[in-house]
Amino acid sequence: MTLATAGPSAWSQPFFHHALLAGTFIALAAGLVGYFLVLRAQVFTGDALSHVAFTGAMAALAGGYDLRLGLFAGCVGAGLLLAGVGRRGRADDVVTGSAFAWILGLGSFFLTLYTSSRSGVTGGGAGTTVLFGSIFGLNGGQTLVAVLIGAGICVAVLLIARPLLFATLDEAVAAARGVPVRVLGLGFLALVGACAGEATQAVGSLLLLGLLAAPAGAAVRLADRPFLGLGLSAGLAVLEMWTGLAISALVPTLPPSFAIMAAATAVYVATFLFARLRAVGPAVVTME
Amino acid sequence: MRLLAEAASGSFSWNPVTDFQQMWAYPFMVNAFRAGAVVAVVAAAVGWFTVLRRQTFAAHTLSAVAFPGASFATLVGIGAGFGYFGFCVAAALVLAVLRRDGRPGGVEESAATGVVQAFLLACGYLFVALYKGLLTGPESLLFGSFLGITGGQVAVLAVVGTGVLAVLAAVGRPLLFASVDPEVAAGRGVPVRLLSALFLVLLGAATAEAAQITGALLVFALMVLPAATAQQFTSRPAPSLLLSVLIGLAATWLGLTAAFYWPYPLGFFVTSFAFAALLAARAVQALREASARRGPTALVAPTGEPA
Repeated sequence: MTLATAGPSAWSQPFFHHALLAGTFIALAAGLVGYFLVLRAQVFTGDALSHVAFTGAMAALAGGYDLRLGLFAGCVGAGLLLAGVGRRGRADDVVTGSAFAWILGLGSFFLTLYTSSRSGVTGGGAGTTVLFGSIFGLNGGQTLVAVLIGAGICVAVLLIARPLLFATLDEAVAAARGVPVRVLGLGFLALVGACAGEATQAVGSLLLLGLLAAPAGAAVRLADRPFLGLGLSAGLAVLEMWTGLAISALVPTLPPSFAIMAAATAVYVATFLFARLRAVGPAVVTME
Repeated sequence: MRLLAEAASGSFSWNPVTDFQQMWAYPFMVNAFRAGAVVAVVAAAVGWFTVLRRQTFAAHTLSAVAFPGASFATLVGIGAGFGYFGFCVAAALVLAVLRRDGRPGGVEESAATGVVQAFLLACGYLFVALYKGLLTGPESLLFGSFLGITGGQVAVLAVVGTGVLAVLAAVGRPLLFASVDPEVAAGRGVPVRLLSALFLVLLGAATAEAAQITGALLVFALMVLPAATAQQFTSRPAPSLLLSVLIGLAATWLGLTAAFYWPYPLGFFVTSFAFAALLAARAVQALREASARRGPTALVAPTGEPA
């Protein structure tokens, strides 16, 4: 695909600029949303949304609509649905897990429906594109939409950050103080849905969980103060996105989704080593 | 792949005898039914214990490993079976080692699991991208395919499946005890920890088997759904286990039949049938409870009661 054309001069190509621009805002949104997702112990939501993202996008393609319409409609809808289910005394995870397994199966049905309705040549890559993303394939218009939605998610998260943090850390006290806990939870999951739709365009629906969880997990391990952690999570996400894109531009055989995931995983693993060093450090000093 | 299915399939008549005769005229379909039977029985039996032990999350993680396993084997040029079994069993051993010091749980573990899972799938994608020779793309590895299963593959599936079932039968009673009440079992001298590690390895092998039929992403359905459905109806171990195997077998064979006659992926049909069975079981259960509430004699057994 585009990878073949990504020679050593990938830096100056428009597709790389598009990817860099869109990727920055996608990573910002994913870092901010992911931090709350990890703090609220709702990482499994990201997993569930990754299934819905695939099926939504495939259903839209099979129905002849723009892929992103199904992506965002599916993810935001599923986020709101999960928020509703979560309130009503956790439906057991076996049923939730099976429901999402079935939704993924449904996605494979739509994929076949789509590829068999097209001439087959162009449709073949559609499933792979949605599952694993193709950030180098974004054109100017798609980049603009991704940037605007990403910026919108960032602004929305920052606006509700204070009350949401309060509601996350101590729900009962926050509710007693008059914080609208329910509405916040609902709104937050809608934002997670939108963010999942964004991230799918960059790294694909199967890998968006990593983009949400890895920078945020690293930030939670590194920073104790919440707002520091929030900033760190967004910063790490952007840094990992840039690193991944650069690696992929330098080594064209590596797909960008893999490079981004590899950078994110490396940072996350590094935080474990860092924590161990920090734990060992004082002990060595006291022994001397 | 789709072309072959279309060329092979006649039209579906509602007469099962002619349908099966038509399907079994093709050796690849006979192999698919054999492989499907082995996989369904093993997955349902292991899955029954998985649901009982509430380890469905481990099953989910192991199924994510199946994809890089298969694509790595394809890239290196060895049989996909080696990739499936090697990666899944190795991952099960890693999980067993990590789980040894109790269950840490909480915020950080869920983030770690998410990162690991995404990274594994990304590795699978890398292997597929490096290989470049996969005509259909990674979809058949992810969503299952029943074409081109050879007699040798069926034999491997059968041997491994028999081994898994034999070990499961040998440790069945203590495993059941340890699953239902780990503390009391440990007090009675049952090696709970060893059993837990052994079970994870069995889960890895069963996942590797099931992934070859339903695809890596849909293993969860074949493993967990029949067991969850069966446990709706009865809480006694033996009938429930048997019922779960039967449901798994029915879903797989019906799925194979449907995938033969209609050009949609096997994984979709298998998950749909299994999920429909679960929904039906839930509906029946809800009706029964409603009528029991109205009637004077409530004979609904509490779920999760050990025999």
